[in-house]
Amino acid sequence: MGTKRNKPVQEKDDVVIRFAGDSGDGMQLTGSLFSDSTAFAGNDFATFPDYPAEIRAPQGTIAGVSGFQVHFGHTNIHTSGDLADVLVAMNPASLKANLKWLKDNATVIVDTDAFVEKAFDKAGYDGNPLEDETLEGYRVIHAPISEMTRDAVHDLGLENKVALKSKNMFALGIVLYLFNRKLDKIYKAFEEKFKSNPLVVEANKRVLRSGYNFADTVEAISPTFNVEPAELKKGLYRNITGNTATAWGFIAASERSGRELFLGSYPITPASEILQELTKHKELTVKAFQAEDEIAGICSAIGASYTGSLAITTTSGPGLSLKSEAIGLAVMTELPIVIVDVQRGGPSTGLPTKSEQSDLMQALFGRNGECPTIVMAASSPTDCFYSAYHAAKISMEHMTPVILLTDGSLANGSEIFRIPRVADLMEINPPLVPPNDEDYKPYKRDEKKLNRRWAVPGTEGLRHRIGGLEKENIEGNVSHDPENHQLMTQLREEKVNRVADFIPEQELIGDSKGDLLIVSWGGTKGVMLTAVEEMHKENQNVSLAHFNHINPLPKNTEEIFSKFKKIVVCELNNGQFVNYLKMKFPEFTYQQYNKIQGLPFMVSELKREFYALLSK
Amino acid sequence: MDQDIIKHKDEIPQPTKEDFVSDQMVKWCPGCGDHAILSSVEKVFPKLGVRKEDFVVVSGIGCSSRFPYYMNTYGIHGIHGRAAAIATGVKLANPKLSVWMITGDGDCMAIGGNHFIHAVRRNIDINILLFNNKIYGLTKGQFSPTTPKGFKTKSSPQGTFEQPFNAGELVIGAQGNFFARAIDNNPKMMVEVLFEAARHTGTTVVEILQNCVIFNNNIHELISSRDTRDDNQIFLKHGEPMLFGKGKKKGILLRGTQLEVVELGKNGITEKDILVHNIYNPDPGVHIMLSRMTPPAFPAALGVIRSVTESSFDQNMEEVIEQSKRDSKIKNVDDLLRSGNTWKI
Ligand code: SF4
Repeated sequence: MGTKRNKPVQEKDDVVIRFAGDSGDGMQLTGSLFSDSTAFAGNDFATFPDYPAEIRAPQGTIAGVSGFQVHFGHTNIHTSGDLADVLVAMNPASLKANLKWLKDNATVIVDTDAFVEKAFDKAGYDGNPLEDETLEGYRVIHAPISEMTRDAVHDLGLENKVALKSKNMFALGIVLYLFNRKLDKIYKAFEEKFKSNPLVVEANKRVLRSGYNFADTVEAISPTFNVEPAELKKGLYRNITGNTATAWGFIAASERSGRELFLGSYPITPASEILQELTKHKELTVKAFQAEDEIAGICSAIGASYTGSLAITTTSGPGLSLKSEAIGLAVMTELPIVIVDVQRGGPSTGLPTKSEQSDLMQALFGRNGECPTIVMAASSPTDCFYSAYHAAKISMEHMTPVILLTDGSLANGSEIFRIPRVADLMEINPPLVPPNDEDYKPYKRDEKKLNRRWAVPGTEGLRHRIGGLEKENIEGNVSHDPENHQLMTQLREEKVNRVADFIPEQELIGDSKGDLLIVSWGGTKGVMLTAVEEMHKENQNVSLAHFNHINPLPKNTEEIFSKFKKIVVCELNNGQFVNYLKMKFPEFTYQQYNKIQGLPFMVSELKREFYALLSK
Repeated sequence: MDQDIIKHKDEIPQPTKEDFVSDQMVKWCPGCGDHAILSSVEKVFPKLGVRKEDFVVVSGIGCSSRFPYYMNTYGIHGIHGRAAAIATGVKLANPKLSVWMITGDGDCMAIGGNHFIHAVRRNIDINILLFNNKIYGLTKGQFSPTTPKGFKTKSSPQGTFEQPFNAGELVIGAQGNFFARAIDNNPKMMVEVLFEAARHTGTTVVEILQNCVIFNNNIHELISSRDTRDDNQIFLKHGEPMLFGKGKKKGILLRGTQLEVVELGKNGITEKDILVHNIYNPDPGVHIMLSRMTPPAFPAALGVIRSVTESSFDQNMEEVIEQSKRDSKIKNVDDLLRSGNTWKI
């Protein structure tokens, strides 16, 4: 593809670009095509979609704005980025909704054809923002996208409406030019995506090309940018969202453990994609059961667990509330099950499409009785794969429920994933009981882990009953004996505590002692890491302990904490992990930094906080 | 399930009733109807041609739900109302198992109503034994969703003012394919009905009219007592005219769209006019009317009321899995991870 280019090129380390338009403008597709092209350019990248809670919010309004952000670079990319270098705004509402997320000097590409009187009103602008001081300081590229899209396809005989459907590709063409990308990979994607409709393929190609050529003629588009390929470990890569990674992690654990995978689940935002993904993979004997409600989701999983499956249930905060009693049953029956909570803003229905870390206390304590479970948290979209795998392993090997916390940002966000070989993943050895094992007693425990063993229905010589009533130690008969209850309570607790002997030590980024220890957990890892790395470059002595294991905590936690003058715990809630730490290690003083807006942390706000703490 | 019965029949030694008796003390009140049901189930299980390891008994909460502890099988005593969901998971995880769910009127139709109707709708191959004593026993005497309207209980001192459910109507309304009714003081009939349920593929619901001697004694008396039962119960059999009463002098007739009790010989009624029971009729109309018959105006219908054959949810799921295995290029997780868009660095 010969493309004449006559603009100077500026090198960039990393770039954040945000595509924004009306729900119907195809911004998700535009963003994901740009991601594909980024992959081929050899950059590291992460993405995040931002769509309205309503399925079809009124056209042209702020509520109806749909966005897709891509952060790419030749350095390691840990997050989908906070402020954008480039914004594509397909209408006034998307400009208005996104202006606050722009860096100074950002490039703004607008469809001037959409900036008409009617649209200003809907977006809440008094006049044309392209003509007043709204965009002062930005490099604005005025593109009559709608008109030029129509021109590009006028001889294909498409209806106006159909023709305009590809206007997002005009915008993509401009952006590809801006970043010195090739068009042929996108052409290929069109050919695949619209296989059954050659006319649509042709229209999209023409419009894309037309956008690209337009950019070449526009003087404002200078300089263009280049981002060199990242130095990534050799291997095979793919782009993956947190929810898909979660689903696949469980399938991998199922294969590696030889236990069929059973999912009992009820659709809920933002967890539904895990159910949808798993239900696709019947070829790998995944049994995904869409239950009548959240409770049936987990209860069917408990039934499947008793029957020898790797059993999981997936949900979000409100669903976790509904599952509480059944989690207690799994704790009491000491059956393996993984409960995935893709956290969203709460309480109640809260902010369904926004992300938060406010289910931690519920995961730790939200049940009747003394009811300990293992609690883990995934820290990035790709880590969802490994966390799901690990949660399944621990749950089965220790015969106890695991609550795995992810969140809306991880779930829908994507990053590049270096594809592992299943044979290279850790072994999983569920404590299954062989037929006619004379030694089998339902509540006889492994000496080291304290787990009971897994006797699966259908196996000869192991018939037994379990249930929610307290059971007699070893024999497993119903028991109301006071001493026995105390003993069993302690055993269940100790079993969970001993998991600490089987998980990795807490990792520390930075020096092992110093002035400030930054503590965080779960889905915020990318932004925490970025902030800390930047501060290291600025020669600041700060260290980061980012937690994946919450209960039990890694054994060296206390040791790490003891080496720092100040500890600040950062989380997207009102202070739940910090309170948990206060309970566990009351000897330390904790500062806390909390944000509870349904939005991720920004690197800049974190650094501001850390600098302030250092200077205090 | 039929296939399993046949498959296992020759391979395995026949278990005996004793194989299913657990070593745990049975703690129901003396005289409770549950004892008779337990004994009937222990009689039926050995005769089903199923390995004793392949039975799983699942229950919720309530007096009846202690049942699994009293059977020497695999068993789960679950949480209140959720037995149907747990049983669903057991069956889907291993469709070869013979899954029996024990529940009561409160467990099944109040707190567990949602799971119950959806299990029935899906036609998952489990057998549900619904012990209906029209009262909450374990919590000591509050009204249940089947307590007759106006009935005084601990939580309805002025009498209830709500309509009760009729289990059969609920099951059939929820797309149920199999519904039968038995009574705790007729073990012979109960055994017969349980056999029919075991043979049926898909969800079966057997409502067992059970007497709670402590909190609702004699609630089924009209149907069960020696003096009144002939006129107040009818044991339905497929292909036979619906006759009942002493000497089988009374019968059920379909007039227009309604059932009617008639006497043979009166007004020129002969046996030919009497409705013949057809358990296989897919149209639920008559089956619902039969389920609703209530003494003293009508005899209560006992026996198998409806038995319609359709593939079960678990069978369908297994088929789709087998089909997907044949059709898909993805044979293992390594294939899955490498499917779709990937690139090398
Ligand atoms: S309370 Fe009633 S139902 Fe419960 S065991 Fe006693 S008699 Fe049976």
